[in-house]
Amino acid sequence: MTTTDNTRVEAPSRLGAQGITVGYGDRAVLSGLDVAIPTGQVTTIIGPNGCGKSTLLRTLSRLLKPTTGTVLLDGQDIARLKTKDVAKKLGLLPQAPIAPDGLTVADLVARGRHPHQSWLRQWSSDDDQTVAEALTMTGVADLADRPVDALSGGQRQRVWISMTLAQGTDLLLLDEPTTYLDLAHALDVLDLVDDLQEAGRTVVMVLHDLNLAVRYSDQLIVMTQGRILAQGHPRDVISAELLHEAFGLNARVIDDPVSDRPMIVPIGRNHVR
Amino acid sequence: MTETLVKPSVAPGVRLGRISFVWRPWMLLVAVVLAALAFLLFCLSLSIGDFSIPLPRVVATLLGGGKRVDQFVIMDLRLPRALVGLIVGIVLGVSGALTQSLARNPLASPDVLGITWGASAAAVAMVTVSGAVEITGSLGLSTAALIGGVATGLLVYALAWRRGIDGFRLILIGVSVGAFMEAITTWLLVGANLRDVARAQAWMIGSLDGRSWSDVWLVLGGGLVLLAIVWAAAFQLKPMHFGDDVAAGLGVRQNLVRAVLMLCAVLLAGFAVSAAGPIPFIALVAPQIAMRVSRFPTPPLVASGLVGAALLLASDLLARTLLPIALPVGVVTAVIGGPFLIYLLVRSNLRRAS
Repeated sequence: MTTTDNTRVEAPSRLGAQGITVGYGDRAVLSGLDVAIPTGQVTTIIGPNGCGKSTLLRTLSRLLKPTTGTVLLDGQDIARLKTKDVAKKLGLLPQAPIAPDGLTVADLVARGRHPHQSWLRQWSSDDDQTVAEALTMTGVADLADRPVDALSGGQRQRVWISMTLAQGTDLLLLDEPTTYLDLAHALDVLDLVDDLQEAGRTVVMVLHDLNLAVRYSDQLIVMTQGRILAQGHPRDVISAELLHEAFGLNARVIDDPVSDRPMIVPIGRNHVR
Repeated sequence: MTETLVKPSVAPGVRLGRISFVWRPWMLLVAVVLAALAFLLFCLSLSIGDFSIPLPRVVATLLGGGKRVDQFVIMDLRLPRALVGLIVGIVLGVSGALTQSLARNPLASPDVLGITWGASAAAVAMVTVSGAVEITGSLGLSTAALIGGVATGLLVYALAWRRGIDGFRLILIGVSVGAFMEAITTWLLVGANLRDVARAQAWMIGSLDGRSWSDVWLVLGGGLVLLAIVWAAAFQLKPMHFGDDVAAGLGVRQNLVRAVLMLCAVLLAGFAVSAAGPIPFIALVAPQIAMRVSRFPTPPLVASGLVGAALLLASDLLARTLLPIALPVGVVTAVIGGPFLIYLLVRSNLRRAS
């Protein structure tokens, strides 16, 4: 495993896994995997289809229960914590979430306050304040009264992230937040992820687009066949050899003309000068 | 975060000490109007009959006054029927709202999920096979229907379970199990003697005819307990409209909440069938109408119950007054409900196509 060579001051990891094995039925998707999520950074899990990246994210968020090993949240076994207490520390945006037709943006984002509410206390002034902030931060405040199903894909994704923000957690787990979005909207959502990180949050996400992952992440976790091949800053991790090993992809890694990150230029069978 | 921008409009809240909730004036208004409508239909049901009593006298009698004759006709003869109608309507509406919410599908209702048919099969078995009705009376029939409905509901739920519940799968299995139960019912009726068949068939259409106070107590008691549980758990239902993963992420113990509420829905439907027979379509239609009049994206529980009550009482009034011979209420609800089901299917097809 490549070690991290980062200039940031490293805070201790709040979320991590030790020796987790996760499977569906008899098939183990992850076997004996260790990982630590650096606090205050954007960490992206990449890897070929079926390598277990979503499974890892879902296990870290407690949606899946490992058969062996533990997921630790602030030093505690996440499986032993109450569902509600986990929801107060860790916000989760699953892949392609659904909203009932006709639900307004404000009502959807307001649902994010659920872990802080109770049967008697269903709408406190805290809720009001936090939801207003979440709507503003994600740039969907003007859309508050619109139904979610009438929005564009990019706006909708911002609204869902806004709901996760309203949960008021420092840890955010986003499962493929840019799926089904065109490139401009994908960038828009990832810029928002940058803003979240700057506002002090820890973000873990799964992305398919390698160049976007390289551009927008402080940490990459590269997975293949249920194990972690490399973890670290994109500059330290991404190389032609690694891409070949992880994805079976022939590619050239060059300097990104725009950012200070590497850029991956894939090479197929044809179209080569 | 700096808050320099205009504060976006979020739902206004009502706060009384430690209690707080979102203020939705339109939904409150709709609920009040629906309750008034249900009460009006309830009074009309008491007023109309061979011996007509004007509405003011009905209300006076309900409040404890009124003439001797009115008291006898209303309290002893008509009140059980109207009360069973009111309670069964509420119970069916809430049961439908719960199943539609949990399955996240507007087609999921106790009748579509086979629960009603299971109750029918058990009741018919009670009439035709054992002849035990002679001994236990209508209470035995009600109990059999209740047990049959609940057993079928649990069977459907168990068969549909595959690491969670998928609404569409639940409906397909419900329809299949319902068809199976219908087949058993038919088979039982073919082999039975004619007197039993007549008795079973009268029950199977669903009717409020000839209800007694004992029918009222059973559905009232069961209904109140279950509605109290639903009321307590309803808060946890809200995030479940967004799917299992989001609900779990928001801290809902969704398997527990879903199991409890599904059991409540099945039991509510079971009590309704045991009191009034398998009255079709109320549980399917009421939540959808409630959603539309409340302008709310998910089936609202209170409004669904009130729409259910109003629908059932109105259907019963129609059944009694429309034709010279009194029809069972189940016929009227089927006539209204059938076209509405087609409307729902066409609409959901259109949405998928767009």
